[in-house]
Amino acid sequence: MNLTTESRLEKLLKRGEFVVTAEIGPPQHASAHEIIHHARMLKDYVDATNITDCQTAVVRLSSFAAAVHILREGLEPIMQMTCRDRNRIAMQADLLGAYSLGIRNLLCLTGDHQSFGNHPTAKNVHDLDSIQLINMVKRMRDDKVFACGEPIKEHEPRFFIGAAANPFADPFEFRVLRLEKKINAGAQFIQTQIIFDLERFSRFMEMAVERGLHERAYILAGLLPLKSIGAARYMQKNVPGMIVPEEVIQRLRKAKDEGKDVAEEGVDMCVEFINEVRKIKGVAGVHIMAIAWEEIVPTIVQKAGLYPRPKAD
Amino acid sequence: MIVAEQKPFAEIAGFVADCNKILVAGCLGCVAVCLAGGEKETEILAAALRMHRRLQGKPLETVTYTATRQCDPEYVDAMADLVKDVDAVVSLACGVGVQYLAERYRDKWVVPALNTRFVGGSVAQGVWEERCGLCGECILHKTGGICPIIRCSKSLLNGPCGGSQYGKCEISKDVPCAWQLIYDRMKALGKLEWLLEYQPPKDWSKSRDGGPRKAVREDATI
Repeated sequence: MNLTTESRLEKLLKRGEFVVTAEIGPPQHASAHEIIHHARMLKDYVDATNITDCQTAVVRLSSFAAAVHILREGLEPIMQMTCRDRNRIAMQADLLGAYSLGIRNLLCLTGDHQSFGNHPTAKNVHDLDSIQLINMVKRMRDDKVFACGEPIKEHEPRFFIGAAANPFADPFEFRVLRLEKKINAGAQFIQTQIIFDLERFSRFMEMAVERGLHERAYILAGLLPLKSIGAARYMQKNVPGMIVPEEVIQRLRKAKDEGKDVAEEGVDMCVEFINEVRKIKGVAGVHIMAIAWEEIVPTIVQKAGLYPRPKAD
Repeated sequence: MIVAEQKPFAEIAGFVADCNKILVAGCLGCVAVCLAGGEKETEILAAALRMHRRLQGKPLETVTYTATRQCDPEYVDAMADLVKDVDAVVSLACGVGVQYLAERYRDKWVVPALNTRFVGGSVAQGVWEERCGLCGECILHKTGGICPIIRCSKSLLNGPCGGSQYGKCEISKDVPCAWQLIYDRMKALGKLEWLLEYQPPKDWSKSRDGGPRKAVREDATI
């Protein structure tokens, strides 16, 4: 097998396995207790886990440190890195450090604007944008150079490079072209924004497949189990770049009216979505973002018939 | 032009609370155009300060002067006689003018009456918007004449982030997404292929990150 990195995730994708990734959001304090708890819980149910980088611009335990904690638990981390808080010097320093500690997967992101978080008066950096970050990480690995062009004389960091794609943001027609730009820059795997609008996602995938992008990068469909009607409504109204169709909310409401457990209905819906996206050409796996509900992931994976997970070796 | 806004009155009054006589200095440049520091605003501010102090039982004497431009030594020199016997100078110029006054009149307490906001233009009567990020290396030819450095809240160079929806930026429904504007215009111009080209990291040393900038025109120097 011709692998570019030591990433276990890359190995599984290359082998053609339908992969499952999840997400752990680090806490707003200095203990790794919950991270370790979640890592132990998810370990046998997913192939790798994203570690968010101060998501929604709220200060949290760093993705770098959290990734090391879960690595120690035997779970493979996908370290997220945003362009919001660091310049190219700090980013490259963290990349060297993260690689030296065994982190092999990196997801390159722009980052939510600081106005969403708990430090809205902070200065944002955006020295690089996400596509430039992708390209920098690729050049560090393949050309063995720093962003400035100086050689990395030895021990270059060799990350399996990921990027995000949002089929629900606008301009819609540009979204596939932007995905292509990311792949051209060096992205090897893609995790999409949370999908509730299957029709739009299918159209996006059709366009991606038409351009042969599914053969140049592994596209993982982003999904989220809805825990409550309130959460669904909040995402529909307040989260930029998300589409939550009204019928999704109506379904939860109906479940509630019939005396069913809304969260259970949310899980069932998530499992159905997994089954649906599996049928779409070009989808190489799923990324389950159970935000602040990490413990539900094993249930979803089992119900979707994705358990047990394949061994890498 | 440079767009500025007057500071809250209480803040300005606080700067000169200990003074008996001040010079209130306006500017006929950009700040006059954006109705923040021209002749009229200068007279109004001086009158307001006098009234405020009279009500406090601690009268303040004010002298007013509106320079052609406070960012030009020649016009700053012209105020020398007025500056001489005041305790402080309140400048209604942008940050450049305040510094020019402070540099020229070293023994005087020079304070700003404005907050210098941005480089932009008027979009409606009484409304101004930012248009230029002063990055030092213009890329407007690549982006359909719309600046992503300052009009995109993340200064992205390779297209819109995932927060662009219905033409708006993720920071506010009142802010248009610069990349949506760029996309629409480039599409209309038949130049979409320009947006597919990878834009490498920007040289921010040409922006403020390289330290204070200087422009020299050899042919204009004496």
